[in-house]
Amino acid sequence: MTTSTTLSAASAASVAPAATDPVPVVPARRRAPRLLFVRNAKALTGLALLGLFALLAIVGPWITPYDPSQVSADLLQAPSPAHWLGTDHTGRDILSQIIVGTRGVMVVGLVAGVSATVVGVIVGVTAGFIGGIGDETLSALSNVFLVIPQLPLIIIIAAQLPSAGGLTVALVIGATGWAWGARVLRAQTLSLRRRDFVEAARANGERTWRLVLAEVLPNLTAVIASGFVGTVTFAVLSQVTLSFIGITPVSEWNWGTILFWAQNNLALQRGAWWWFVPAGACIALLGMALTLVNFGIDEFVNPRLRSTGLHARSLRRRGIRPRVGFTPVVREEKS
Amino acid sequence: MKFLARRLAFYALTAWAAITMNFFVPRLLPGDPVTALIGRMQGRIDSNAEHSLRVLFGLDENTSMWEQYVQYWGLLLKGDLGLSFTHFPTPVAQIVTQSLPWTVGLVGVATIIAFVVGTLIGTAIGWRRGTWADSLLPVSTFFSAVPYFWLGLITITVFAVNLRWFPSNGSYDRGLLPGLTWEFVSSVGYYGFLPALTVVLSSVAGWILGMRNMMVTVSSEDYVTVAHAKGLPSRQVVLGYAARNAVLPQVSSFALSLGFVVGGTLIMEMVFSYQGIGYTLYQAVSTHDYPLMQGCFLVITLSVLVANMVADFVYVALDPRTRQES
Repeated sequence: MTTSTTLSAASAASVAPAATDPVPVVPARRRAPRLLFVRNAKALTGLALLGLFALLAIVGPWITPYDPSQVSADLLQAPSPAHWLGTDHTGRDILSQIIVGTRGVMVVGLVAGVSATVVGVIVGVTAGFIGGIGDETLSALSNVFLVIPQLPLIIIIAAQLPSAGGLTVALVIGATGWAWGARVLRAQTLSLRRRDFVEAARANGERTWRLVLAEVLPNLTAVIASGFVGTVTFAVLSQVTLSFIGITPVSEWNWGTILFWAQNNLALQRGAWWWFVPAGACIALLGMALTLVNFGIDEFVNPRLRSTGLHARSLRRRGIRPRVGFTPVVREEKS
Repeated sequence: MKFLARRLAFYALTAWAAITMNFFVPRLLPGDPVTALIGRMQGRIDSNAEHSLRVLFGLDENTSMWEQYVQYWGLLLKGDLGLSFTHFPTPVAQIVTQSLPWTVGLVGVATIIAFVVGTLIGTAIGWRRGTWADSLLPVSTFFSAVPYFWLGLITITVFAVNLRWFPSNGSYDRGLLPGLTWEFVSSVGYYGFLPALTVVLSSVAGWILGMRNMMVTVSSEDYVTVAHAKGLPSRQVVLGYAARNAVLPQVSSFALSLGFVVGGTLIMEMVFSYQGIGYTLYQAVSTHDYPLMQGCFLVITLSVLVANMVADFVYVALDPRTRQES
């Protein structure tokens, strides 16, 4: 809905001056649209949601109505003005647990995402750029990590660590989750390294590290970003899962810990929906926000996917019937 | 043929890496959880079993790492995964072989349903791009962003606790004797419906999205335009030309996503107390049963490798280009 209204509003606004203005549009005045990424409704929604969660993660502990571990006499209460999301079996406030738990989830997602991305970039770009036997070895390594199921691996590593706190789990996830990014980056680097601009830089006598940093890496930004977002999604889901099955200390609040308590105290059978629905919904919202950002990146990179963002109605108004075999290319007139 | 040989070599390498990882993880991590457990079990573990545990977990101080590694392989090749602590003195291998068929059945059926349904829906959405069908995308995204286990909790609440349509846990009616009777098989189907439904719901989105994006890409290829220009009916163009080619990356990503799906299914079993290998792993984790944990990981990984190999063979059968490469 929002897509169609913003689009039609934008086109209407841009068409109107063009109609009254007899002077033809000068091509030089047409700049490459900046912030195209942010104009994408999907990406915008995702970023807004992410911002909200990030804000909660930062200010969370100061704005909670109660101490999340504070036991009270209101046992297993349904949502009420005093406890907006009710209480658990020992009278702890669930809204406070969710707010405080946001930080745990976000920090693990960020740390795991950053560490996996760094390893993935190093392995993938190196493999793609050097080629030969080094490439074979590194690709085999990342393929091995890709095929071994990650979650069981993370479970057995985390379960044998004497104290598997949030950061440890994040690093374990990072250490096992870099392979997908490395694989995609390698393929992309392979296609980049023989391009003319890289060859030109090489002919100019640039050093290899400069070729990689200044010529290849900037062209990989979108791929790296989407890999990062994907890893963060995976890390959040894994961490919540680990907490849910009780591998991480249950005293550390995150959304999975809440679900752990709910499951172990038969919240389902008691019909205490306020105990497990909000935490799960938060996970789903965060996951959806990340996926939307990734859609935005995909459409930003692949214009063919972008045109599908046009709503059927605005296409029909222009007399275009969407069908297979033809990509509707709609020129947005900008002056 | 060359392609297959390469793949086989790769899977051999991966299997070796997984087994080696399984060997090193308990040795590299700080602390020594097993000694404490052996201490607790003192007297109940006979010397033979204790020796195999020491070898499996590297508690044998007198031997070098390399000797331990060789001994470890020796035990594995004999199928000796040690003894379970919680189900003492049942061998780990026996527990694992009992629970594996349940998981393979559940994952197999659910994944194939999700793949077929997702690919069909993806084809339709990719074809009718830009219509109402696109609004299915956010819905399926929501289901894929939800953690598996939470979706499981919700389906249990709705269908098992409130509506009482399906049982909330277990894998067959405990009053029945396992066997190839119609009663038993239908009971397995009845108990497996909810877990399978949740796996399908949460993994179908990936297939829809992948197929839709491939359809969008493939549908602007020249051969599709030519097929249109020849005047072939739309249905034939979509199914015979566009979808046929768009499905290839789906098959190769099927192999890659398998590990992820299996991970999710393990969690599903934990939620539904379904007696597969995920539930066994869960019990092993919560009772600190390290031999059982290691055994589960090994078997899960090797099963995923076998499934991957099958997917590779299917791919070779589907795509003639891989056969011509050499």
